[in-house]
Amino acid sequence: MSAPAHVHGGGAAPVPGKMTPAWRLLATLFVAGALSGLLVVAVYRATLPAIQKAAAAKVAGAVREVLKAPASWDTLYLVNDALAAKPPAGTDPGELPKAYVGKDQFGKRIGIAVVGEGPGFQEIMQLMIGFDPATGALIGIKVVDQKETPGLGDKIENDPTFLGQFAARIAPVIGVKDRAGVPPNQVQTITGATISSRAVIKVVNTTVARWQELMRRYDKGETP
Amino acid sequence: MTAVATAPTKADTPPFEPGAPPPATLIQDIWRGIGKENPVLVQFLGMCPTMAVTNILANGFAMGVATTFVLTGSGLFVSLFRKYVAHEVRITSYILIIATFVTLADLLLAASFPDISKALGPFIPLIVANCLLLGRAEAFAAKVGPVRAVADGLGMGLGFTLSLSALASFREILGRGTLLGHPLFGPRFEPWVFLMMPPGGFFTLGVACLVVAFAIEWRKKHAVRRV
Repeated sequence: MSAPAHVHGGGAAPVPGKMTPAWRLLATLFVAGALSGLLVVAVYRATLPAIQKAAAAKVAGAVREVLKAPASWDTLYLVNDALAAKPPAGTDPGELPKAYVGKDQFGKRIGIAVVGEGPGFQEIMQLMIGFDPATGALIGIKVVDQKETPGLGDKIENDPTFLGQFAARIAPVIGVKDRAGVPPNQVQTITGATISSRAVIKVVNTTVARWQELMRRYDKGETP
Repeated sequence: MTAVATAPTKADTPPFEPGAPPPATLIQDIWRGIGKENPVLVQFLGMCPTMAVTNILANGFAMGVATTFVLTGSGLFVSLFRKYVAHEVRITSYILIIATFVTLADLLLAASFPDISKALGPFIPLIVANCLLLGRAEAFAAKVGPVRAVADGLGMGLGFTLSLSALASFREILGRGTLLGHPLFGPRFEPWVFLMMPPGGFFTLGVACLVVAFAIEWRKKHAVRRV
């Protein structure tokens, strides 16, 4: 590269009284930065399809689960507080909130699946919620992401009895303690996970209310 | 172990580099990180990921493998470019090299094991801040040839992976009653949930360090008695 006088070797102490010229420092960092950037971009481009495919598969699995196996579904995109069947040009569809409108084999709408989120015991939790926007009747819910206390709050994700209660309940749902929740709108909270259970109920209620309104306006023909 | 095959070559040990590690065979370079200079249990480096991700074996093992990848890759490049990187900007350059490999590890993990990538969350990007990486770059890789640097990275990475896997197995078996997700005990097993939570990490690490320190002391005593 340059004269041996400037070559110090990485860990070795510099020769006293001899400063490395600034242009060499800049050149070193520039070359290192450029190489590193190239490498990162190359691997990013190579791995992107697999990462997107895994994310899409995850969403599809959740939609199928909360809408109880729809024959097919359409995607609606939320733009400027209104739903559109197609993402407007210039927006990244991956970034927009979406509603998955599930249909049976005759093309009849059976319900929509949306992601709702809200504060849990210590972190934001994300749920996929399937419901009928016309009546507010829930079809199924699935916890997509949660960081509740292991062994206690995280039961909201893997306690089938708790999650199963939501099917066929009508939002807004009320949580009850110490006794079985009865239809149409009671859900029994999990012992030891009351706060997390209530957080789930709150997310379900606010999400259903919000998307019911959005779907009502979409069905009336409002566009963004 | 044959002395001929593993003896350091001339190219590997430059004639003079101040503060360079003493010459050693490749086996010694690898074994050092697993045994007496184990990054977790002896050097106490990388404590943050150690406690954060050792709740279940899959997470601990994946973190260990990702760290090994970064250690080996950054060690190789730090060593290859050691003659060209000026002393004044060496730390910046090492961090740049480490950050590059961390990003690669993050992307590759997300592409191949999305579930594990999600469980490890921010801790893979945070490998950049693991002092084990910068420590090995500055103390070892920058002063030896690429072959020794890779051997050291591999050894340190293996030591890290083994320690994390051991701690994570302990926590998963007792805290959940499973290993790699497979239930080990009957339905009457009451999991020790405490081990799944952050304090359980401190507790497990403390016990492991106690055992290792005791073993080291015991060996020292026996060595004296034998003489």
